Amino acid sequence: MKIIVLVKQVPNTTQIKVDPVKGTLIRDGVESIINPDDRASVESALRIKDQIPGTHVRVITMGPKQAVGMLKELYGMGVDDCVLVNDPIFAGADTWATSLTLSKAISLYEFDLIIAGRQAIDGDTAQVGPQVAEFLNVPQVTYVARVEDVNESNITVVKSYEDMEEKIRVSFPCLITTLADQIKARLGNFKLVWNSDEKSIPILTATDLKAEPHEVGLRGSLTQVKKTFVKSVSQKGQMIKDDLDLAAKTIADIIHQNNHA
Amino acid sequence: MLSEKHLRTQQLMREFTQKYVAPIAAEIDENHRFPEETVKALAAHGMMGIPYNTYGGAGADTLAYILAVEELSKACASTGVILSAHTSLGIYPIIAYGSDAIKDKYLPDMMSGKKLGAFGLTEPNAGTDAAGQKTVAVLKEGYYELTGSKIFITNAIYADVYVVFAMTAPELGMKGISAFVIEKGWEGFSFGKKEKKLGICASSTTELIFDHVKVPLENRLGKEGEGFKIAMATLDGGRIGIAAQALGIAKGAFTEAVEYTKKRKQFKQSISNFQNTQFVLADMALQIEAAQLLVYQAARAKDTQKNFSKEAAMAKLHASETAMKVTTQAVQLLGGYGYIKDYPLERMMRDAKITEIYEGTSEVQRMVIASSVLR
Repeated sequence: MKIIVLVKQVPNTTQIKVDPVKGTLIRDGVESIINPDDRASVESALRIKDQIPGTHVRVITMGPKQAVGMLKELYGMGVDDCVLVNDPIFAGADTWATSLTLSKAISLYEFDLIIAGRQAIDGDTAQVGPQVAEFLNVPQVTYVARVEDVNESNITVVKSYEDMEEKIRVSFPCLITTLADQIKARLGNFKLVWNSDEKSIPILTATDLKAEPHEVGLRGSLTQVKKTFVKSVSQKGQMIKDDLDLAAKTIADIIHQNNHA
Repeated sequence: MLSEKHLRTQQLMREFTQKYVAPIAAEIDENHRFPEETVKALAAHGMMGIPYNTYGGAGADTLAYILAVEELSKACASTGVILSAHTSLGIYPIIAYGSDAIKDKYLPDMMSGKKLGAFGLTEPNAGTDAAGQKTVAVLKEGYYELTGSKIFITNAIYADVYVVFAMTAPELGMKGISAFVIEKGWEGFSFGKKEKKLGICASSTTELIFDHVKVPLENRLGKEGEGFKIAMATLDGGRIGIAAQALGIAKGAFTEAVEYTKKRKQFKQSISNFQNTQFVLADMALQIEAAQLLVYQAARAKDTQKNFSKEAAMAKLHASETAMKVTTQAVQLLGGYGYIKDYPLERMMRDAKITEIYEGTSEVQRMVIASSVLR
C-alpha cells in the first residue's frame, strides 16, 4: 500500500507575539515546528504501516529549504521517503496555488491514500487538503479522529464533529485529513533518529512539476492578504446584584427572552 | 562539543523521559515496582542496544548511549541503571567475548529489548575481592555444572540472559575464574532474596541461586580462566554508565533546586536572592560541569582508546561524589520541602548514594586511578 502524507512546517504560534504598533506577527527567533495536525497524519500513516507490512509512506512538503530539518525528524519517526517541493516561484502562494502545486507533485507518484492535517496553525484555513482532493479528483473525508480499519481496497475512518461522530468507509484512492488532538504522534526511533541525516531529500522544482509560472506562487493565487491585524473582542457583561433566588430568576428570564428573541 | 547526531538523540531521550519516565518515577520508587512498561517502551523506541552496530543495535556510539542514561536518570535513576546494566553489563561481555554462535543466539533479542540482560559477579563474601568467588563450574561430559550464588544482581528476576562468573579452577585464584551465559528458566537456576534498599527502589536487586545448573560448553565466554579479565573489562565500561547515571541525578536535583529557590519567597523575596543560595548553586553548577566533562571524555575514550580504565574510574568517582553532594545540598536548599516526598529531592538523594558503591566503590576507583598514575 502506498501512502502520501502532506506536511507543513509552521512557526510555533504559542511563542508568537504581536507587534503592538504594527499589529503584525513577530516571527523573528520563533522556532519552526511540524504542524500538529500534520504530525497526526504522519502518525496515522505509520500506524497503517505498522499494521500492513510493505506499506510505503512518502511525505511531501512545500516550503523553504530549512524544511529539510523537519523532514529529517520525520525520517526519525519511520517514514520511508521525504520530498521537498521548493522553487522561488512558489513563494507567496495562497491555498489555491499551494493545493495545485502539491497535487502536481503528488501526481508524480503512485498512491492509494493521501493523508493531510486538518489545518495549519499559522493560517487555520483547512482548505489545502480538500482542494488537493478536488484537483486530483479523489474522494475525501475531513476531520478524521481515528482510522478504524484499513485493507487493500478501502479505509474506514471516524469523522469527528463537535457533538457527534460519523463512521465512513471510503475506497482508494482517496484523501483524509486528521486531527492532532485525537491522534497522538509517536516519538522517534533511536536508530532512525541517529541515522536520519544520511537519508536523501529530493527537491522538486517548478520544472519537475511542469508548473507554469502563472499557475503557482503569488501569480497563481486567487486571493491576496490585504492586511493582518489583531481583532479586538469585547463583550459587555451584566452584573446582577440581587439575592440568590431573585438573581437566579432574573438570569432565567434573560435566557428565556434571548431564546425567543 | 556534541555533534548534531548526539543532540538529536539527546532530544529524543528528553522527550522519551518526559513521556514515559518522569510521570511514574515517584510511584515506582514508593511501591518498589520494576517498570516493565518502561522497558517495553525503551525497546519499542530502539534504545536497548544504543552503542552497538551489529545484531540490530542502534549503531550509535558510547557517548550517545551515555547521554541516554543521563537523560533517563535526571528523572529516575532506577530506569537509568536498568538500561545501563542491560547495555554495559549484559550485552557487552557477550558481544566482546562470545563465540559467533552465542552472539547469534542471544544478541538479536537483547538488542531489540525482547530479552533483558544482567551480570552476576558479586557474592556474599566476594565484593571488591572478586577473586574470592565461591561459585564453581565443574566440567562434565559435554557441559559445565554450575553451583553457588550471586547477590545484589541488578535486573534479576526481570532479566532473561545472565552473564555469570564462576571458578573453573579454584586453586588458581583470579586466574581460575570463567564467564558463562545462563538463561532464566534453566533447571536449578532460581532467585533468592530480593533486597530492600535505601534508593533505586524501582530497580530489582536480587540473589541468584545455582543448584547444579547444566551450562552448555558453548555458553562459556572467552577461554577458561579469562573470567576475571572479562569482568574487569566489562566493569570499565559499566562504570561510565554509572557515571552517566550519577551525572543525570545531579542535574535533575540541580534543576529542581534552581526552580525552587527562584519561586520560594522568604523575608519578602526569592531565596535565590540570598548569597548563601547563590554560592551553593554556583558550587553545584561547577561540580556538575566538571563531572560532565569527565563523563563525556570517558565515553569518547571507550570508543577511541584501547585502555580507558583511568578515564572511566575518574568519571565515576567524580560524578558519583558530585551526585551525592549536589542532592544533599539541594535537599538543604528546599529545607523541609526537600525532606518530604512531595518533591523528588529526597528520592534523588537516596538514589545518589548507590553510585558511590556499585560497579566499584569510590575507594576502588581511587585504587584504579592510583595504579594508573603509578604505572
